[in-house]
Amino acid sequence: MTPPPVKKTIIIDGHQISFNPRWLIGIPLVLVTLYGIFTSFYTISPESVAVVQRFGKYIKIEDPGLHFKIPFGVDKATIVPIDRQLKLEFGFIRPDEDNNVTNPRQVSTEPDKERDMVTGDLNAAQVEWILQYSISDPYQYLFQLRNPGSTLRDLTESVVCEVIGDRTVDEVLTIGRTEIGIEALNRLQDIVSTLDMGVTAERIELINVNPPGPVQRSFGEVNRAQQERERMINEANGEYNRVIPKAKGTAQQKISGAEGYAFQRVNEAEGDVTRFRDLLAQYEKAPAITKQRLYLETMSDVLPKLGRKVLLDEDAKQFLPLMNMAN
Amino acid sequence: MKTILTTILLVIAAIIIGNSAFTVDQTEQVFITQFGKFVGDPINADPENNEAGLHWKTPFIHKINRIEKRILAWDGPSTDMPTRDKLYINVDTFARWRISDPVTYYQKLRDETSAQSRLDDIIGSATRDRIAAHDLIEVVRSEKNRKPAVDEALIAANSNLGVLPPIQYGRQVLSQQILDAAQPKVNTWGIELIDVRFKRINYKSDVIAEIYSRMASERMQIADRFRSEGAGEAAKIIGKKNRDLLQIESEAYKIEQEVKGKADAEATEIYAKAYSSSPVAADFYKFVKTLETYQNTLGKDTTAIFTTDSDLFHLFKSIDGKKDKK
Repeated sequence: MTPPPVKKTIIIDGHQISFNPRWLIGIPLVLVTLYGIFTSFYTISPESVAVVQRFGKYIKIEDPGLHFKIPFGVDKATIVPIDRQLKLEFGFIRPDEDNNVTNPRQVSTEPDKERDMVTGDLNAAQVEWILQYSISDPYQYLFQLRNPGSTLRDLTESVVCEVIGDRTVDEVLTIGRTEIGIEALNRLQDIVSTLDMGVTAERIELINVNPPGPVQRSFGEVNRAQQERERMINEANGEYNRVIPKAKGTAQQKISGAEGYAFQRVNEAEGDVTRFRDLLAQYEKAPAITKQRLYLETMSDVLPKLGRKVLLDEDAKQFLPLMNMAN
Repeated sequence: MKTILTTILLVIAAIIIGNSAFTVDQTEQVFITQFGKFVGDPINADPENNEAGLHWKTPFIHKINRIEKRILAWDGPSTDMPTRDKLYINVDTFARWRISDPVTYYQKLRDETSAQSRLDDIIGSATRDRIAAHDLIEVVRSEKNRKPAVDEALIAANSNLGVLPPIQYGRQVLSQQILDAAQPKVNTWGIELIDVRFKRINYKSDVIAEIYSRMASERMQIADRFRSEGAGEAAKIIGKKNRDLLQIESEAYKIEQEVKGKADAEATEIYAKAYSSSPVAADFYKFVKTLETYQNTLGKDTTAIFTTDSDLFHLFKSIDGKKDKK
């Protein structure tokens, strides 16, 4: 009593098309099959691996390339970028030219609070830093913690805060900067491995470390004073160097002058004496006449040079007081 | 008619199978309830034993309850609280926890929101207790024996710098104490705390002004010290300059006088030797020197009065110049 197949016809644009109601089942089947084929293949980019779960249970890790999985929710492949270096930023937001942050997942949500730190000598400092890390174990990364990203963020902040809490403000600001990064990284790596988070902390680097705004001027003042101290010392040294070599030269000049004087004095004396001896030798030959000659020569030399000459009779000496001596 | 019947049967079978099979993800633990009552052991609850995958249950009657298996984060609100030394600080803590007993957890807390709020209460009050029982420095520092590196220039200027106040316990001990205090309480809810840590600690705004002014005055003190050092060093150098200058000048003077004196002495000796060689020489020297002196000392501003009885002008009176000679 099987009824004959029901043949219905529909008319589209004047053409008669025969219609089989079984198609109503066939169309979804085709669609589902197509969907299954398209979702069975997936590619893994070179820096990633895929963690594959079947019915929720972990089965394998797939390397980069084209892969097949069972569709319809049986297999689930989660792609984890293990070779990518990841970064978290703390205490700052640096927008680019268009005022967009490059990667919103890596920046901090409350940079002002992260930045403020209490140092071990109960001072304050503002610290900006970054963490570089990568996913080393995709299995642990996916299945050990529900929020590995935010946990890593909290842990990093905690260790940096802890390390800075054991440093003086001067260590934080100047002398201990790199050491802080290294120490914080060691502690973070310890915690991360204890928790089996599946990540490797690679580097913690302090970017900007500053004294808090209101005291920055005072810290600057110390630098300025240091400069000033150097300047004062340099100026004094300059003054010393300007004066002393010159004084040494002048002293040498005086000594040389004295030595010159000595030569001159002795030579002159010797000259005088030689001349005198020669003269004396002549004098001794004819003393009276030589004396006379010398006397008269001198007088004839001297007298013309005199300003005023008065010749007085020896018998008129009594008039002398009467003369107007004042020209 | 047969095909329709087959289709219906297939659909019913599919619904039954669909309701009996369930997956347990790697990340969750599952327990089954039957009209609100627990049935069997929780699945995938043991961290050591991976039971994830496809599982079966009685359809329609058994209900599955999924609970997180991974380690969860608790991020506490940042709270102001006083320390034992009466300083108000802002403390931000966080913790890691996991659901160790899903059944108890489900019975007592039902969902994660209420779990988080219980953790707020328990860890919050444990933190408050511990902070109030210790001085601020105990929360800030952690390594008891750490010797800070120092900048010699700054220490020389202010010996209060570069010193870490001593501690008895330190941050790690305090967080362990908080963990120990909170653990038994949260255990009763099927929760295991893995760790509790301080995320940040900050001064409250009314304390911060005081801290800043102390820091500023410390630095100003150093700056003053540097300036004074500079002035002192400069004065030292200027002093040395003056000393060296006087030394150099006086030494030069001394040598100058010595050399000159020696030369003078030598010259005197030379003269004396020559002039006193014989009485004639002495007499002649006197004569020559006197004439020389006339030559050198008399000039146009000299008025000379001669008399006719002088040796030069005696001829004025008499030709032989011997008129009055005795």
